[in-house]
Amino acid sequence: MTVTPERLPAARVRTVKAIRTPGGLSVRVDPRAAVAGLLLALLALAAAVVLIGSGDYTMTPGEVLATLLGDGTAMQEFVVQDLRLPRVLVALLVGAGLAVGGAVFQTITRNPLGSPDMLGIGQGSTVGALTVIVLFQGGATAVAGGAVLGGTLTGTAVYLLAWKRGVHGFRLVLTGIGIAAILTACIHYLITKANLVDATRAVLWMTGSLDGRDWSHFWPLLTASAVLLPLILAYGRPLRMLEMGDDAAHALGVRVERVRVVLLTSAVLLVAAATAAAGPIVFVALSAPQLARRLTRSPGPNLGASALMGAALLLIADWAATNTFDERRLPVGVVTGVVGGAYLLWLLVTERRAGRI
Amino acid sequence: MLIDSPPEQSAEPSAAEQPRKRHSVRAAGLVAALAVLLVVCAASIVVGAKPVPLGDVWHGLFQNSGTGTDVLIADVRVPRTLLGLLAGVALGLSGAVMQALTRNPLAEPGLMGVNAGAAAAVVTATGFLGVTSLTGYVWFAFAGAAAVSVLVYVLGGGRSATPVRLALAGTAATAALYGYVNAVQLLDAAALDRLRFWTVGSLAGAELATVRQVAPFLAVGVVLALLVARPLNAMEMGDDTARALGAHLNRTRVLAMLSVTLLCGGATAACGPIVFVGLMVPYLVRAVTGPDMRWILPYAAVLSPVLLLVSDIVGRVVARPSELQVGIVTALIGGPVFLHLVRRKRMAQL
Repeated sequence: MTVTPERLPAARVRTVKAIRTPGGLSVRVDPRAAVAGLLLALLALAAAVVLIGSGDYTMTPGEVLATLLGDGTAMQEFVVQDLRLPRVLVALLVGAGLAVGGAVFQTITRNPLGSPDMLGIGQGSTVGALTVIVLFQGGATAVAGGAVLGGTLTGTAVYLLAWKRGVHGFRLVLTGIGIAAILTACIHYLITKANLVDATRAVLWMTGSLDGRDWSHFWPLLTASAVLLPLILAYGRPLRMLEMGDDAAHALGVRVERVRVVLLTSAVLLVAAATAAAGPIVFVALSAPQLARRLTRSPGPNLGASALMGAALLLIADWAATNTFDERRLPVGVVTGVVGGAYLLWLLVTERRAGRI
Repeated sequence: MLIDSPPEQSAEPSAAEQPRKRHSVRAAGLVAALAVLLVVCAASIVVGAKPVPLGDVWHGLFQNSGTGTDVLIADVRVPRTLLGLLAGVALGLSGAVMQALTRNPLAEPGLMGVNAGAAAAVVTATGFLGVTSLTGYVWFAFAGAAAVSVLVYVLGGGRSATPVRLALAGTAATAALYGYVNAVQLLDAAALDRLRFWTVGSLAGAELATVRQVAPFLAVGVVLALLVARPLNAMEMGDDTARALGAHLNRTRVLAMLSVTLLCGGATAACGPIVFVGLMVPYLVRAVTGPDMRWILPYAAVLSPVLLLVSDIVGRVVARPSELQVGIVTALIGGPVFLHLVRRKRMAQL
């Protein structure tokens, strides 16, 4: 495991255990990361059960589990299967997708703030979705399609504009910021052009919400995640090499530019798919990988832990959003925005002190 | 005068005469820029959704007799042009001061979240406190602009900030604040309807009363900006040299930030957040005038309203019969300029 000396003093470098099978396969296991991952998975599951049980028709966690296992009443079956389970599953996948996308972006830009939020991917998806809402009055599926298209085009544009004999982290970030500013102008234009009904729908979409998500949102998202998540996880090793800088990675046998293109493409598509399902939920992509890294204390992208962290974060945020104000159910994006904003300020201060941004 | 050189009589320009020559070129350029500004102001009064013959414009300006055209000119086009003029001066100067203060070519009030801070404060005032008049919420705009500009400046690392760090801090603050702005609009549909036009940045609907209300703030901001020009010049050479040259570092920083806050907060309160004007104009001006703030400031003050008014005119014309808000036009022009800046060979600090 590569450990940069300034990040972890020699005394704190832990031994990483390896599991070897008689067949010659060996897997490295970092005990702390394994425990942290397990805890995060349990946390996400617990949050999911609580979230399914809360609402106008309340159920105890025991009832929820029983219903999930097929032992519920007809009413409980209906509430769980048709209303709340798809919403929770969408939240799980959206959280995991945003977090993994964020981890890839942050590693490639080598900057904790280089998340898709900052690079204009969310704004690109928003422009795509709003175009469908405002100009074509399209339905939910068309809006989702517009979001994926918008996000993908934005990602491509940022990459091409930042390209200059290779793409370097800080130019990518700044290019993203510039593109985001242009796209924000387009968003504002679309909102002023809309009538009040469309404008309200647009602002609601822009805030990011899980309200009314059903199985039709879940299956496309699952398909995208099933293809993209394993692909990204498979590239975890070269991604870790990239964090040491292009030259070092190249010397270690990584095809730097190709790895970068594959990973960025997958990450953009993953984030765009998540955004299409739930709107541009801010700060999950930024904070989940950072929190996962702090929890596991292991260097590198921490893709698995990030995914679990993202899923848990989004579920908890959704629970908070629906239960904080009784009459007004806030969309989940408001909670992640407020909490994420505070977290971001803290991150800016600490990371600056550590000299990492 | 840049350098007090003794008058010399020689056929070829001597080394001492070079600065003087450049000096007069720059002065001539400034006069030309002023002339352009006058033309643009005139165009802003004449061009619009409803074309007005020149004779009628004259009539409306000086002998307002209450006809439809006269009212259009006196109560719609003239206030709009005046507001564009003031806001342009304010945005250009605040951008120039901020870039010098942070020694960072990407420092721009809009990019650093100052506009977003003002916007968030105004949204709070209108959404929760029921403040609807400009006189009421201009104070909120100032408070928001001041708080966020200081916050981003500190978070970005003050004078040791790299362009990336500062831009990131500003973007982060902007993202968080606009999240809040969206949330407020979502909870209150009436606020959304009122604010969705304001949050874009627009000169449409300007009134003379608005101009009168923000003018004093902007005037103080302009005076402060001019006052700090010389110490900012000294500070370009680094803190130690500046101190040796007799500049008061902290006083200069406080005055400069105050000036940026007044200028940017006032402009934002009056027209909504308008981005990139404060980035583009000082950057282009610097290429012409060199690094002397005593030239950059007047140039920026003249050319920024040119950009803003031209953007406004373009916005009126391209989307007839409706309009494209000026904030959208400046972002669409300014974004590519920003990208060009980023793509340059070296992101040199000032």
